[in-house]
Amino acid sequence: MRFGPLVVTFLTGATLIAIFFIPHRAAQQTQSVILEWADVVYAFALLLGSISLWLAHQKKVQQRGEGWLYSAVTLTALAGVTFLGVTQGVGGDTIVGKIYDSVNAPLASTMFSLLAFFIASAAFRAFRARNVEATLLLVTAVVMMVGRVSIGEFIWKGFPPLTEWLLDVPNLAAKRAVAIGVGLGAISTALKIILGIDRSYLGRS
Amino acid sequence: MAATPNGIWQRILGIDRRWIFVLVGVGTVLPLLFPVNLPVTPSPRVQAAYDAIEAVPEGSIILMSIDYEPDIMAELQPMSIAVLRHCFRRNLKPVILTLYPAGPRLVEQALAVAGAAEGKKRYDDYVFLGYKSGNQAVILGLGENIRGLFPRDFYGVRTDSIAIMQKVNSFVDFPLLINLSGSSIADYYIRIGASRYHRPMILGSTAVMATDYYPYLSSRQILGLIGGMKGAAEYERLMGIVGDARRGMDAQSLVHVIVVILVVLGNVALFATGGLKRRVGGGA
Repeated sequence: MRFGPLVVTFLTGATLIAIFFIPHRAAQQTQSVILEWADVVYAFALLLGSISLWLAHQKKVQQRGEGWLYSAVTLTALAGVTFLGVTQGVGGDTIVGKIYDSVNAPLASTMFSLLAFFIASAAFRAFRARNVEATLLLVTAVVMMVGRVSIGEFIWKGFPPLTEWLLDVPNLAAKRAVAIGVGLGAISTALKIILGIDRSYLGRS
Repeated sequence: MAATPNGIWQRILGIDRRWIFVLVGVGTVLPLLFPVNLPVTPSPRVQAAYDAIEAVPEGSIILMSIDYEPDIMAELQPMSIAVLRHCFRRNLKPVILTLYPAGPRLVEQALAVAGAAEGKKRYDDYVFLGYKSGNQAVILGLGENIRGLFPRDFYGVRTDSIAIMQKVNSFVDFPLLINLSGSSIADYYIRIGASRYHRPMILGSTAVMATDYYPYLSSRQILGLIGGMKGAAEYERLMGIVGDARRGMDAQSLVHVIVVILVVLGNVALFATGGLKRRVGGGA
C-alpha cells in the first residue's frame, strides 16, 4: 500500500482547506509559500510538456510514421521559436513577435473561424423537429439566433425581450441547478481523494 | 425532364455541404465589404458593466486580467479595446496581466490602439505586468503580494520602481476588477477576487460562455457582463465609437439569418418528403 502519498495528499488538502478559512497572518504567509511551490510545479509541468511533445514527434520523424513531415515542422517550430525567444526576447518588435503576428495569430483565428462553417452545416442537418423536445430546442435556437444579433430587433421589436426572458428565466434556472450540482460533486470528489477513499490518482483503482 | 416537387425537396435535403460553406462565406464577406451599420441597443448587462466603470472615482488604479489567445480574438479583442478606452477616458489607471502564454502580444496590441486613441502612456497611465503561469495559484497570489508575484513588468522594469505599482499590492487595493476571459479563469476570479476579497468585478466573455455566468450576475458577484461580439458592439455603442465589434455585427447578423433559413428549409423539406413521419413512426 502506498501510505506515503496518501499522507501527503491528506495533509496538503486538509491544510489548504483550513488555511482558506483562517484569516490569521501566519496562515496567509503559509499560503503564500505554498503558492510559490505551486508556481515552481507549474514551471516544471511546462518543461515536462515540452519534453514530452519533443519525444513524441521525434519518434514519429525517426520512424517515418504517417504525417512525419508535420512532426518535423512542429519540432523545427518548437526549437526555433524557443531559441529566438530565449536569445532575443518576445516583445512586439522581436522576431518572435513578428512570427506571432504573421503566423500564430492568423492560424489560430482561422482554425476557430472554420467552426462557423461546420456549425452552419451541422445545424442544417441536426436541427430537425422530430419530437416535442427537439421542436422546443429548434424553436429556442431559432429565436436566440435571430434575437441575439442586430438584425433581430430590425425584423421584430419583440425578439430582444424574448431572448432576454429565455436567458434570465429558463437558462438561469438550469445554470443554477448545474452549478450547485457541480459544486457538490467537486466537494465530494475532493473529500474522497483527501480522505484516501479514491486512490485512482496513484495509478490503480 | 422537370424535377418533381418531391424531387426538389429531396435535393435540398441532400445538398452538398460545400454549398452551405459558400453561403456562409459570402454572408461573412459581403457585409464587411459593404457595411449597413445595423442598429445596436445596449442590454442591461452591458449597461451595468459600463456603469460600474463610471462609478469608480477618477484616477483610481484598477486591476485588469486579459485572458485569451488569438483563436477568440475576433470576439474579445474589440471588447478589450473598448473597455480600455473607457478606463482611459475616465482617467483610471489599469494594472494589466494575462494568464495565457500567447496573451501578451494581444494585450500589447489592445494597449497600443486604446492608448493612442485616448492619448495615454505606459507607466504614467497603465502598467502591463505580462504573463504568469499558474492560473488559480496566480489569482490567489494577487490577493497576497502582487509585487512579489511580478517582481518585474513585461518590459523588465522592477515593479517596485513603478509609481502606480507602489500604491497597490493586493486585490483589496483595487476598487474594481475586470476580467476579459475565454475560459474557466473567469470562475477563479469570481471565486477568489469577487467572493473571497469582495472586489466589485465585471466580466467579459465569449458569447458561448456568457450564459454560464448569469447566476453570478443575478447574485451580484459580478456587476456587469459583456458577452461576445454583440456585447462588445453594445459597449462600443455606449462609448460612441465604431470599432471592429460594430463592424462585425452586420456579418454575424447575416450569417445567423442564413443558418436560420437553412434550418427552416431543412425541416420543411423533411416534412414535405414524409421523412418526419417515417422517422417518428419508425422510432428513429
